[in-house]
Amino acid sequence: MAPEIVLAAQEQQQSTQPKSVKKGVEGEAKPTREAEKKDEQTPTAAKSTATRTETFVFGIPQNGLTKKERQVPLDEPPPLAQNSELKYIGKPTPRYDGMAKATGRGKYTADIQLPGMLYARMVDATIPHGRITSVDTSAAEALPGVKAIHVIEHTFGIAALRDPKQEAPSKYPVIRYAGQPIAAVAATSPQIASDAAALIKVTYDRMPFVVDKQDARAPDAPTVFPGPADAEGSAGGGGGPKNVPQVGNVHGPERKKVGDVDKGFSEADAVVEGEYFTQVQTHSALETHGFVVDWKPEEVTVYASTQGTASVRDEFAEVFKLPKSQVRVITEFMGGGFGAKFGAGNEGVVAAHLSRKAKLPVKLMLDRKQEHIVCNRPDSHQKLKIGAKKDGTLTAISLTSYGTAGVGTGAGTAGPATNLYKCPNLLTEEYDVFINAGPGAAFRAPGHPQGCFAFEQAIDELAVKLDMDPMDLRDKIDESPTRRVERKIIRERTNWKTRKAAGVDTGPVKRGMGIAQSVWYRFINMDSSCEVRVSRDGSVEIMSSVQDLGTGTKTLLAIVVAEEFGISPADVVIRIGDTRYPIGPNSGGSVTAGSITPAVRNASYQARQKLFAAAAPKLSTTADNLEMRGGKVVFKNDESKSYSLKQIAAKMPTSEISARVTRGPEYAKERITYGGVDYVELAVDTETGRVHIEKVFGAHDCGRPINPLGVISQINGGILQGISYALFEDRVMDRKQGYMLNANLENYKIIGAREVPEIEIELVENYIAQSSTDAAGIGESAGIITLAAAIGNAFYNATGVRMRKIPMTPANVLAALGRVSQEETA
Amino acid sequence: MSDTPKIEVSRRGFLKGAGLTAATTVIESASALARDAKEAMQPDRSVGPDAVPVKLHVNGQEHTVTIEPRYTLAETLRDHLGLTGTKVVCDRGSCSACTVWLDGTPALACMTLGIDAVGRKITTIEGLTQGAEMHPVQVAFVKHDAMQCGFCTPGMVMTCAALLERNHDPKLADVKHAVSGNLCRCGTYPKVFAATLDVAQQHQRAAYLLTLNPAKEA
Ligand code: FES
Ligand code: FES
Repeated sequence: MAPEIVLAAQEQQQSTQPKSVKKGVEGEAKPTREAEKKDEQTPTAAKSTATRTETFVFGIPQNGLTKKERQVPLDEPPPLAQNSELKYIGKPTPRYDGMAKATGRGKYTADIQLPGMLYARMVDATIPHGRITSVDTSAAEALPGVKAIHVIEHTFGIAALRDPKQEAPSKYPVIRYAGQPIAAVAATSPQIASDAAALIKVTYDRMPFVVDKQDARAPDAPTVFPGPADAEGSAGGGGGPKNVPQVGNVHGPERKKVGDVDKGFSEADAVVEGEYFTQVQTHSALETHGFVVDWKPEEVTVYASTQGTASVRDEFAEVFKLPKSQVRVITEFMGGGFGAKFGAGNEGVVAAHLSRKAKLPVKLMLDRKQEHIVCNRPDSHQKLKIGAKKDGTLTAISLTSYGTAGVGTGAGTAGPATNLYKCPNLLTEEYDVFINAGPGAAFRAPGHPQGCFAFEQAIDELAVKLDMDPMDLRDKIDESPTRRVERKIIRERTNWKTRKAAGVDTGPVKRGMGIAQSVWYRFINMDSSCEVRVSRDGSVEIMSSVQDLGTGTKTLLAIVVAEEFGISPADVVIRIGDTRYPIGPNSGGSVTAGSITPAVRNASYQARQKLFAAAAPKLSTTADNLEMRGGKVVFKNDESKSYSLKQIAAKMPTSEISARVTRGPEYAKERITYGGVDYVELAVDTETGRVHIEKVFGAHDCGRPINPLGVISQINGGILQGISYALFEDRVMDRKQGYMLNANLENYKIIGAREVPEIEIELVENYIAQSSTDAAGIGESAGIITLAAAIGNAFYNATGVRMRKIPMTPANVLAALGRVSQEETA
Repeated sequence: MSDTPKIEVSRRGFLKGAGLTAATTVIESASALARDAKEAMQPDRSVGPDAVPVKLHVNGQEHTVTIEPRYTLAETLRDHLGLTGTKVVCDRGSCSACTVWLDGTPALACMTLGIDAVGRKITTIEGLTQGAEMHPVQVAFVKHDAMQCGFCTPGMVMTCAALLERNHDPKLADVKHAVSGNLCRCGTYPKVFAATLDVAQQHQRAAYLLTLNPAKEA
């Protein structure tokens, strides 16, 4: 078939999410963050591609699938059928590296051992604010086994003064939080490194500090910075707006305005208003941040526990003024990131300095305490007001939020209020408040769990005021077709029908149910390339620098390649997590699956086409008479002619055939968001203040699920992190001394096995016809956004009392129930 | 499995070979030092602070390593024997990522000194696999996807496998209880429960061949 050839118009060049998020929002535009800029990279507008018209399956199966025509570049494969008709895509597939993980054979950065490798240990500030007057390393240097010491000259991750002259210059960086790294030592054993670190003497001139956000907002509060300061985000996001006003420690607002909220409220039949408080959450990945750096004059090899081999390479190259070609970053196994691990970080830079000095490889893993301080999810104090008509139609939303990202910025919470439902009048003002504490960073759906906790509870409150079922209200105001289907599933499959009025249980233990909804955005990272190689023996490999943080990227890629070649995913060799391979996307903002899988499918397709072209003459046919069917290569005109991939590959004239592909733009320029709905059943013991989650039902959308087994694992994880956030986790700062009191895993409580409720998950397939795979990520919208709000709504349903503060510890719950005074819990 | 560890704590050999004097003496029974404070207080029984060679019985093999008495068993296994399957997450007994078996009983390798493991049978995650044959719990973990980043997985597997050794028919509450000390930040608990109960239910004593091919499996 001769495809119809058209030239893709310029508008085919997809500019991805960040712009669309702001679509319809006027007023002060949000400055584009570095990270988002990166994800927005598109091929130059001048470039145009020859295309053909293809018809894609489109929509949600529950609503009946339809067709969608798209212009597809000529070198891309034909559209995929829906999952039910495919062999590997959409089928639960065990993790590609599951065996390596279950047997302990997988080598994480923390496990790397190199000949002669030294172990490094950081020395951190013991005061929250001040100037270093001296760093004496002599005793440490004298310790046998110590090979190198490095004193930090520039600290990364802290906001920078717009005008550096506002601060007197000094030899050492100003200390702005307890735990800020100052120096590091490398020695022949971890124990000697620890001993040596303890021998490094630091003296300080102390300065007044503030670690409480409320205190920091006071006009006479000690200031963390002597003038306005801005922070960079990471490749995973984070970082707040720049060049907004700053008074004392209060940085902002970043203001977004649509329509006229005063007018909107005056038109409302019902208005709800409330203040909400969320706490600082630390990432607590089980593998701490860390690096092994092997500095050689010809190449610097960096083993990194990172979500972005590419972003780590970029930062090392930038900091050390090295060509990128001389920096190699490797991440084969990675013990969790959740948004915290993108760049070189202070620890990576320090490890590199030490390795360069010692001329030996150096391993530097943060300890658990450092991991709790190195970054976090900012807290929030939100004032939210929503107005609506009798039928539920929203007329106005106003949100003011104050959050602290410590010595960083990026505590905004307006995502859900801005993007979940349509509202003609919107005003959001987001402030960052500096305090002397570790910097905030991207953390699974930055800003959204906080924002959703307030916003989706306010929507529920509105439903109560309008005397509507919370599901009905959302049916009225929510335009998302996937969330509509998800709500329907939840109505049918949970106890929602039997939901009672709020607070009617009479005993001390009260039960309730509630829902909350999430929104996340389709971001695409165009730095998504790979090479697929077929050898004459029929073996197939795929190579990309993309990394697998535990989200199952390796398995995804294996499935996509397998589908194209008709071989088992287990037979595909996956080589990823090494910058020697074609560049892959950094894994943040749920970009990985949606970005890299189309490149992988296209490369597989192209390699297969090349293979067919090479083999066809030996089979006395033409390449276009060959096709894959049921795992076999067959003649289109004679089905009796059927060959295995091995047989076909054996006919190659050269030893191997390969195709290298970079992701093309999305097929159409459309605003695409994803969303989930989570349902919670809980019991509140009103005498002890204990909240017990009994059941969670999550209905979620991640485009075309490639590996439902892995997707469900991720959603389980999001839900459980969400429960953990809602009920347990809380960074506690010592106001008098200025340091984190619970920087460990026994006092910083994360959810354990006994707090795990029954969880049921339903995936909603959503075909969007945007790429050759239609895959999408699930990391952000998987429960972490919704759970605190859903628990809050269920808590209200159980008790008739609204929890406006998390974590819902017994003390906070008893205070909300009026059983103890607020002061007793403070 | 052939060398299924017994849950009874074996105290054999603890008091054998007392009288450690020189730093070069191989410690045969340092566990006894920790267990018997009185004896341990005798000056001629103290060791360190310098490194001393000790014999450790790990996964069915004797190893001699030279370690300082302050090294934890986790450090010893990871840094000196290259057995990095045992993970260190908190290094203070609050997460169970470092779970190994000492004489068949789960123990925290970060809270055990290397010298205190002398004379005991140490089993690590690497020792759970016999040649190419994975332990049924490992197989079930892969089948149920009871892992994401996998950093907690070795500890989880060691805990769950030990549970099944002492209780052949655990219920959900037993599994939750057993792994209540094992933290997983990725939130893999539900699948850990499912995998462990699956092994129990099927009395799946022999590891089956693992396949990544769902079509074959179906
Ligand atoms: S590392 Fe041993 S219990 Fe956490
Ligand atoms: S799988 Fe990542 S911590 Fe458990």
